[in-house]
Amino acid sequence: MSIATPSKGTASTGTAPKGAAPKLKTSAMIASFADPGQKTSSAPFGHALVKAAEADPRIVGLTADLGKYTDMHIFAQAFPERFFQMGMAEQLLFGAAAGFAETGLIPFASTYSVFAARRAYDFLCLDIAEPNLNVNIVGGLPGLTTGYGPSHQATEDMAIFRGMPNLTIVDPCDSVDIEQAVPQLAASDGPTYLRLLRGNVPTVLDEYDYTFELGKAKVLRGGNDVVFVSSGLMTMRALQAAEALAAHKVDVAVVHAPTIKPFDAATVLAELNTDRLAVTLENHSVVGGLFETVASAIVTAGLGKRVVPVALPDEFLDAGALPTLHGRYGLSVQRIVAKVLAELG
Amino acid sequence: MERIERVGAAANRIRHHALNMGEVQGQGYVGQALGAADMLAAVYADQLRYRANDPEWEGRDRFLLSTGHYAIGHYAALAEAGIIPVEELESYGSDDSRLPMSGMSTYTPGMEISGGSLGHGLSIAVGIALGLRLRAQSEEGSRARVYNFLSDGELDEGSTWEAAMGAHHHQLGNLTAMVDINALQADGKTDTVLRTEPVTEKWEAFGWYTQRVDGNDVGALLAAFDNAAAQAAAVGRPSVILCDTKVGRGVPLLEEREKAHFMRIEEHEWQLCRKQLTAGSNGKAGR
Repeated sequence: MSIATPSKGTASTGTAPKGAAPKLKTSAMIASFADPGQKTSSAPFGHALVKAAEADPRIVGLTADLGKYTDMHIFAQAFPERFFQMGMAEQLLFGAAAGFAETGLIPFASTYSVFAARRAYDFLCLDIAEPNLNVNIVGGLPGLTTGYGPSHQATEDMAIFRGMPNLTIVDPCDSVDIEQAVPQLAASDGPTYLRLLRGNVPTVLDEYDYTFELGKAKVLRGGNDVVFVSSGLMTMRALQAAEALAAHKVDVAVVHAPTIKPFDAATVLAELNTDRLAVTLENHSVVGGLFETVASAIVTAGLGKRVVPVALPDEFLDAGALPTLHGRYGLSVQRIVAKVLAELG
Repeated sequence: MERIERVGAAANRIRHHALNMGEVQGQGYVGQALGAADMLAAVYADQLRYRANDPEWEGRDRFLLSTGHYAIGHYAALAEAGIIPVEELESYGSDDSRLPMSGMSTYTPGMEISGGSLGHGLSIAVGIALGLRLRAQSEEGSRARVYNFLSDGELDEGSTWEAAMGAHHHQLGNLTAMVDINALQADGKTDTVLRTEPVTEKWEAFGWYTQRVDGNDVGALLAAFDNAAAQAAAVGRPSVILCDTKVGRGVPLLEEREKAHFMRIEEHEWQLCRKQLTAGSNGKAGR
């Protein structure tokens, strides 16, 4: 959380001439994407898991040497006898999680998304998804939430996981989503993958008439000119961009789709089947994530609707400070606003 | 002696079942099934607590087949145990059968896991052993043990050693691994593919209670299980029994054939195989 302090709007956009903006520094692996002064909640996943475990004695927690970095340490402190440190061994982590589920327990197993998706895929696929076990995979640093470069940036995790039968994929926006999702993940029968936001996580959705429902997309605000369909932390940016665009007399609706699979095509297509400019926003590669999920739903339904993606490029991304990188790759509010205005001509 | 004879007779029946199943296909993993038959018999006829008419019984010991292609041998053992009917064995590898070529938990009663992507079983076993131990704290009397069957080829996989470390770290005294060391894998002899020896020293170094026996000697296998049981504790060292076996064991025609991971046996040879097996078992065969 200690990226050397960017104030909002000072990040390089990649278009500024050299030397025009001060160089930001990356320090901590996990940088907060909360805006200065924004309301946040501390370790919402850890606290939600503790609460769920108080209600259900079958819940256990596992990690692969990343307890402190995935907020699993909160659970470990509350339930030391139900917490299992598996060491820096992700194949063991997920194989063992399957084993726990085979005995009737409900494991939550945490590591970084890159290791879950890239390193332990075979174990998730065959030991957990094929037998459809209630194992809940918790992946930290989804998309572009660290400045440490491709070794830690899981920019293609949803693309990898969408092809796995039985797996439910959740991309939460904020602390509200996480708090409400955890008990639902525990209660759902098959395996789930949660794109974890950890540390001081922004609290955004409490301002809206909203509750998280697994498998459902929700309209957060209406608007006559543009419709945003977003997931994950990009819903926060979508809401901010919608506010900013109002100043340009552009009226923007925002649909939040935190469950990527199974996808709530009915709700999303009902919003897209209009003359409004359609934009998807995701903290993920443009390949295989929310944009392509929406695109396939549109094609399947026979709608001839153009969609503009706001997503990470199909590239290995740079290392650097998060505000710099979010500006560079188009996830910042400024870049979203500029893109929409350009589309509207 | 009665115990050894009983288990030996079970092993012999498992071998006959495996030959019959192999004949349906004309080829397959018959060599491995014959080699591992004594290990499987020792488990199912002597060690494992199970209810044949209730394969999901919560108090059962868990036997995990990590080497999915050994399913032919495992199905034979499940038939011997009464968990699946003997008549069903002829459906092995056929469309819509409950007995696919590679073992899968979702297909077959008594099959705990879907092995086959090698190096998975021991990691799952660690989770099951931890889960059973945790549940035993609240459910009095649960003494269920976990047995994981793996092959020496699986010692190539890094995940096997992640799990070996994990089992020792968590002191899984309720876990026993059995390694079929037939010195053969898909591309040839183990020492030409990836040298795994010294295997005994590796397991000892990983903190396991380690025994190495002739895996085709029923008396030695049972003695090893007794030794393991004598030092076992709910919280203690995991146990491994390293079993040197002979591919095709019990059928000289196959024992002497050039070793192959996936063995082809000609149509006229099956009856000869059965005759050799019956002759070699000195009248212990069959019910």
